[in-house]
Amino acid sequence: MKILVTSKRVTDPDMKIKVKADGTGIVTDGMNYKVNPFDEIAIEEALRIKEKGGGAEVVVVGIGGKDAALEIRSGLAMGADRGIHVLCEQAVDSSVVAQILAKVYETEKPDFVIMGKQAVDDDSNQAAQMLAGALGVPQACFASKVELAGDAKSARVTREVDGGLETIEVTFPAVLTADLRLNEPRYASLPGIMKAKKKKIDEIPVASLGVDTNPRVKFVKMTEPPTRKAGVKVADVPTLVQKLKEEAKVI
Amino acid sequence: MTPFLQEHEMFRRSLRELVGREIAPHALEWEAAGALPRELFRKLGEPGFLGVRLSEAHGGSGLDFWSTAVLVQELVRCGSIGVAVSVLAHAEFATKVIDRAGTDELKELFVGPAAAGERIGALAVTEPDAGSDVGAIRTRAVRDGGDYVVNGTKTFITNGSIADFATTAVRTGGPGHRGISLVVIPTDAPGFRKSQRLRKIGCHASDTAELSFEDCRVPARYLVGPEHGGFKLIMQGFEGERLVLALICCQQMRLMWEEARRYGHERKAFGQPLLGFQVWRHRLADALTSIEAAEALTYRAIDLYVRGEPCNQEISMAKLFAAEASVGVAHGCAQIFGGNRYMEEYAIGRLQRDSLAFSVGAGTSEVMREIIARTSGLEPREGAR
Ligand SMILES: Cc1cc2nc3c(=O)[nH]c(=O)nc-3n(C[C@H](O)[C@H](O)[C@H](O)COP(=O)(O)OP(=O)(O)OC[C@H]3O[C@@H](n4cnc5c(N)ncnc54)[C@H](O)[C@@H]3O)c2cc1C
Repeated sequence: MKILVTSKRVTDPDMKIKVKADGTGIVTDGMNYKVNPFDEIAIEEALRIKEKGGGAEVVVVGIGGKDAALEIRSGLAMGADRGIHVLCEQAVDSSVVAQILAKVYETEKPDFVIMGKQAVDDDSNQAAQMLAGALGVPQACFASKVELAGDAKSARVTREVDGGLETIEVTFPAVLTADLRLNEPRYASLPGIMKAKKKKIDEIPVASLGVDTNPRVKFVKMTEPPTRKAGVKVADVPTLVQKLKEEAKVI
Repeated sequence: MTPFLQEHEMFRRSLRELVGREIAPHALEWEAAGALPRELFRKLGEPGFLGVRLSEAHGGSGLDFWSTAVLVQELVRCGSIGVAVSVLAHAEFATKVIDRAGTDELKELFVGPAAAGERIGALAVTEPDAGSDVGAIRTRAVRDGGDYVVNGTKTFITNGSIADFATTAVRTGGPGHRGISLVVIPTDAPGFRKSQRLRKIGCHASDTAELSFEDCRVPARYLVGPEHGGFKLIMQGFEGERLVLALICCQQMRLMWEEARRYGHERKAFGQPLLGFQVWRHRLADALTSIEAAEALTYRAIDLYVRGEPCNQEISMAKLFAAEASVGVAHGCAQIFGGNRYMEEYAIGRLQRDSLAFSVGAGTSEVMREIIARTSGLEPREGAR
C-alpha cells in the first residue's frame, strides 16, 4: 500500500503577524515557519496506518521554494519513507496546488491521499476537494476517525459536521483530510531526525509538470483586523442597562 | 552566520512543540513543588531528547554539543530556568561521564535508562567543606571485598532528592586530587540518605539536596574510569557543564530582554511609552549588546570544544562573561518594570533570581578567572614569589 501525504510550509500561527503597510502581504522578517499543523495530523494518521502493519509506504509531498524542503524533511523525521519536492518559487492558490498534486498522484498512484483539512496560513480549505474533483475520486474531508477495511480497499471515515458526527465509507483511491481531533501527532524524535537526513527527496521543477501555475484567485489586499476599542467602566447596574440599550443597542 | 544546520532546526522545532505542550503550561506548578515530576523525564526520553550526546549503543544519538545547545536553548524558553538546570544535570552532568568513561555494564545499567528518562541522575561533587577546591573532598570509599564502603556528605546536589543514581566523587586514595575516584551510587543502596530539599532563592523547579553516606555499600564495579582517576574526569566534565551554564545564561538574558522590550512598549509614564525615553532605549541596547557578546563567546568556545581543540580558557571566559553579564542584564531589564519587578506575578523577578546561581555553579567566577590567568601566563614565574 502507498499513502500520499502533504506537508506545507506555513508561518508559525503562534507568532504575532504584522501586515505590510502597503497591504501586499505580511511582514516575513524574523518569522518562524513550521509544518502546517493539520498536515502533521495527516502525516501522523498515515504513519499509524503504516505501523498497524501491511507494509505501507508513506510519501510526503511539498510544494514551494528551496526552503520548503525543511517541512518535507520534518515529515520524514516523523517517520515517512520518502519525499517529493515540487520546486515552485511563485505563490500558488488551492487550484494550482490541486493540479500539481494531481500530477504527482498520476505518477505515484497511491492507494489514497491524506492531507490537512486546511493550511493555517491562508485557511482556504479547498485544495483537497479540488484534487478529488480533478482526479474524479471520492473525498472524505474533516476526518476525526479513519478505519481501513480489512482488504485495505476502502475506509470508514467519521467526519465532524455541524452538530454531530457523520460516518461515511469511501472506496480507494480517495482523498481524505484530517481534522483537529483525528490524532495527536508525535514529536519528531532525535533518532528520527538523524534518519531523515538519509531519506530521499525527489525534486521536481514545477515547469516539468505541464501545469498552468497562474493563480485563479486574484489577491487584492490584506488588512489588519480592527483593533479592539478600550472598554469602559460603568458606575452601577442602571447605567450599564442604559448603555446597553442606548449605545450598544443590544437590549 | 549560524552554527546550526537543518537537523538542528528540526530538533529545535520538535522540542519547541514539546516545551509548548508539556512544559510551559506546568512550569509554575513545578516551581511551587520544588522539583520536576519523574514523568517529564520519560516524556523527554521517549523522543530521544535526553540522549543527545550519549552513545548510540546505549539509547543516545551520539551527536555533538551543538545539539545539546539546542536542548538548552529551547528548555530555557519555557521561562523556568530550573527546568533546564535539572534536565541538563541529569542528561549531561551525571550521565555523560559514565557514557564516556564507564564500563559496558555501567552504561547498560545507567546510561540506557537515563537516556530513556527511566532513571534520573545527579552529579555529586561538592561537600560542606569543599566546593571550589575539589581536591579537598573528604567523602571516603574504602574497598571491602567486591564493594566500596562509602562515608561522607555531599551538598548543593541538583536532582539530589529525585535521583535514582548519583555519580559521586569519593576519596579512594591519599590526600589531594590524585586520590579521587568517581563511582556511581544507586540512591537505594544501603546507607544512602537523601536530606530534605534545600530551600533556594531561585531555580525552584530544580531540586537541590544534601546527600549522606553512612557505611554505604556500592559494588566496586560501579567505579567510573580508573581508580584514583576521578579528578581528571570531573575536570573534563566541567567543560560541558560550563558550556551548558553559559548557554543557559545567554538564553535567559534573551528572555528577560524580550520581556523588558514588551513592557517598555506597553507601559506609559508621563504621557509616553517607557521606550519613548532614550534612557530605556539605550539601556536595552546595552543589554542586547552584552547578550550578543556573551553568545558569540559561548559559540566560539563550543566550536573549539566540538572540534576537539584545547578550549579550557575559552570555556572559562564564556562561562565567566555570560554569568556575570546575566546579573547586570537582569537588573537593567527588571528595572523597567518598576514595582512589578518585585512581584511574583511577573516572570522578570523570577528570572532575575534564577540568574544569581550561575556565577557559582560548575565553578565560580573566581575559579574561572584563575583558569584564564593560569592559561595566559599571568601567574608569577617560578621563584618570583
Ligand atoms: C543552584 C546550585 C546547584 C548546584 N548543583 C551542584 C551539583 O549538582 N553538584 C555539585 O557537586 N555541586 C553543585 N553545586 C555546588 C557548586 O558547584 C559550588 O557551590 C561551587 O563549586 C562553589 O563551592 P562553594 O559553595 O563551596 O564555595 P567556596 O569554594 O567555599 O567559595 C567561596 C567563595 O570563595 C571564592 N574562592 C574559592 N577559591 C578561591 C580562590 N582560589 N581564589 C579566589 N577566590 C576563591 C569562591 O569563588 C567563592 O566566591 C551547586 C550550587 C548551586 C548554587
